[in-house]
Amino acid sequence: MEKSPEQHKYKNSFLNWIEFRLPIVSYIEKEYKDYPMPKNCNYFWSFGALATILLVVLIVSGIFLAMNYTPHTDMAFDSVERIMRDVSYGWLLRYMHSNGSAFFFIVVYIHILRGMYYGSYKYPRELNWILGVFIYLLMMATSFLGYTLPWGQMSYWGATVITNLFSAIPLVGDGLKTWILGDYTVGNATLNRFFALHYVLPFVILGVVGLHVVAVHVHGSNNPAGIDIKSKGDTVSFFPYMIVKDTLAVCVCGVAISVIIFFGPNLMAEVDNYIPADPLVTPSHIVANWYLAPFYAILRAIPDKLGGVVLMFAAILILFVLPWLDTSKTKSCNYRPVYKWFMMLFFVNFFVLGYVGMKPAAGTYLLIARIGLVYYFVFLLILTPFIGKFEKPKKIPASISDILKDNNLSKSEHESGMH
Amino acid sequence: MKVECINMKVLLLTFLFLMPSFCILASSNDAKMPKHEWSFGGITGTFDRASIQRGYKVYREVCSGCHSMSLLYYRDLIDIGFSEEEVKAISAEYTVQDGPNDEGEMFERPARPSDRFVSPFANEQEARMNNNGSYPPDLSVITKAKKHGADYIYNLLLGYKEPPEDYEIGEGMYYNEWKEGHQIAMAPPLDEGYVDYDDGTENTLPQLSEDVTTFLVWSAEPELEVRKKLGIKVILFFIIFGIFIYISKKRLWREIH
Repeated sequence: MEKSPEQHKYKNSFLNWIEFRLPIVSYIEKEYKDYPMPKNCNYFWSFGALATILLVVLIVSGIFLAMNYTPHTDMAFDSVERIMRDVSYGWLLRYMHSNGSAFFFIVVYIHILRGMYYGSYKYPRELNWILGVFIYLLMMATSFLGYTLPWGQMSYWGATVITNLFSAIPLVGDGLKTWILGDYTVGNATLNRFFALHYVLPFVILGVVGLHVVAVHVHGSNNPAGIDIKSKGDTVSFFPYMIVKDTLAVCVCGVAISVIIFFGPNLMAEVDNYIPADPLVTPSHIVANWYLAPFYAILRAIPDKLGGVVLMFAAILILFVLPWLDTSKTKSCNYRPVYKWFMMLFFVNFFVLGYVGMKPAAGTYLLIARIGLVYYFVFLLILTPFIGKFEKPKKIPASISDILKDNNLSKSEHESGMH
Repeated sequence: MKVECINMKVLLLTFLFLMPSFCILASSNDAKMPKHEWSFGGITGTFDRASIQRGYKVYREVCSGCHSMSLLYYRDLIDIGFSEEEVKAISAEYTVQDGPNDEGEMFERPARPSDRFVSPFANEQEARMNNNGSYPPDLSVITKAKKHGADYIYNLLLGYKEPPEDYEIGEGMYYNEWKEGHQIAMAPPLDEGYVDYDDGTENTLPQLSEDVTTFLVWSAEPELEVRKKLGIKVILFFIIFGIFIYISKKRLWREIH
């Protein structure tokens, strides 16, 4: 202890050896053991951990799938089926991967929804939100690329429709499209590069997720009340209090995902994708992956191709500036009596957009898509800045401890009232 | 605070339950497809081996005249209860092209268990040529490639009818209740007594259809039994582990609340 006190920080001498050369042990201790979590956080705060775990599951299963997959237009479909039939537990790998990606989106959507409802994107966590939107963008690109790989009918025609969007861009559009495809139409060159990109992008996502986590640990997690941590009494340490909640969340999510993987592995898939790609036969209606459907609905709601593309990208990019569109100082919607309901409507609207995105763009569906599209933008561009200026927020408690005290008080009152 | 909590919970539940299921809702516009009772249905369902074997006989004697099943190997038949000798005998009935041999010649030889099911036509063009321009689809994963899967195939086989009076049917086409657009190029493939069963099962049309559909579902999802068995174990693990975690969580957080 005389020379360098750091050397004897831990009982385990191996840890001391590591710590002295690379202070990773104290980093993990600080960020994942002692890290203070607001103690009023509900289970919505477990979805970040769930998403990270799902990402790892996707990457690991994906690596094993890639070992058995052949990115060639003549062989891709059969190689996927070979994985399902002849590779040991290949069906499990593939169903984990395909359904895992759907669950990844569900979990991330709930994570985003939580961030919006409780105002987690506001000062001082704006950069964190931006990184999150960036992850979401990367996820959409990755899932689109992955959807192409089995080389079924939906793979082929989905890739054709989406890459065709680029040709709507004036002047450079056609050239850009050819550059992306590596050919004039979706073909073997396209499949090869999509596979390469689908393999690498998840690691980029993992990297941005790392930044996302580091960034949130700088100022600490937000909480349902949206108020800052005032004292140590407001928090619990990450280990064991949050870990135990996250583990419980993993178990619940595990049951849900297992039900799908083992008892309905194709419920979330398009049946047409079990028909090998055929450039001469167009499916009766081409649908996007359901988790991208809201944006597909926006795309098709506009009769003009370029207009649709612009609005679709705008719908995603606008999320980057949400922290500056929201003018309210109050974070949590729990204390925003007016905005709260418009926020809820926004979630429902997004859901409805997804639904009509899966339906043919005609008649009532088209009308609903257009109304939904208008609300999407009106909410973000008009309602969010406007309501923030004029809304009178409810009285915010002084500290997190006060909320819990009030809760316990009302609970005990309630109980004594029962007797 | 309480009320808002409930609001968020309702919202969460809505999302959790509706998001995976809404794609099913969105895709099923004809909910009137009659459901059949399948041996492999439900949580613990397993394949009726005898039914798959009969179904294979139906496929071999009827369907395979036009439809390939190129993802299957003859060796796969061992999984449905044929012995190795039987599979050898079955595969030997087919001829495959092999080569080149030492003289550089392609030659024909009897198929082996390690060969894929021999297709009835050399290529798509030949298949169309022999079928009025229509292409009989490969049946390897057909139950996964159609909405309503097994029920669709079963109903389709039973769904041939006289067209309604005002219905204009195309040249060489047949009317089928369950086909999209009601026109199908395939002539009614099965009828009572088309295939004679060795095990004495009555060869009625519904029986033939049920057996061949069971065979096709096995072909599309050969892992079905293993999958369901493993699924029960995995789910039980998460539930039991979850209960322990829940108890620890309650005890840990008691002092906090």
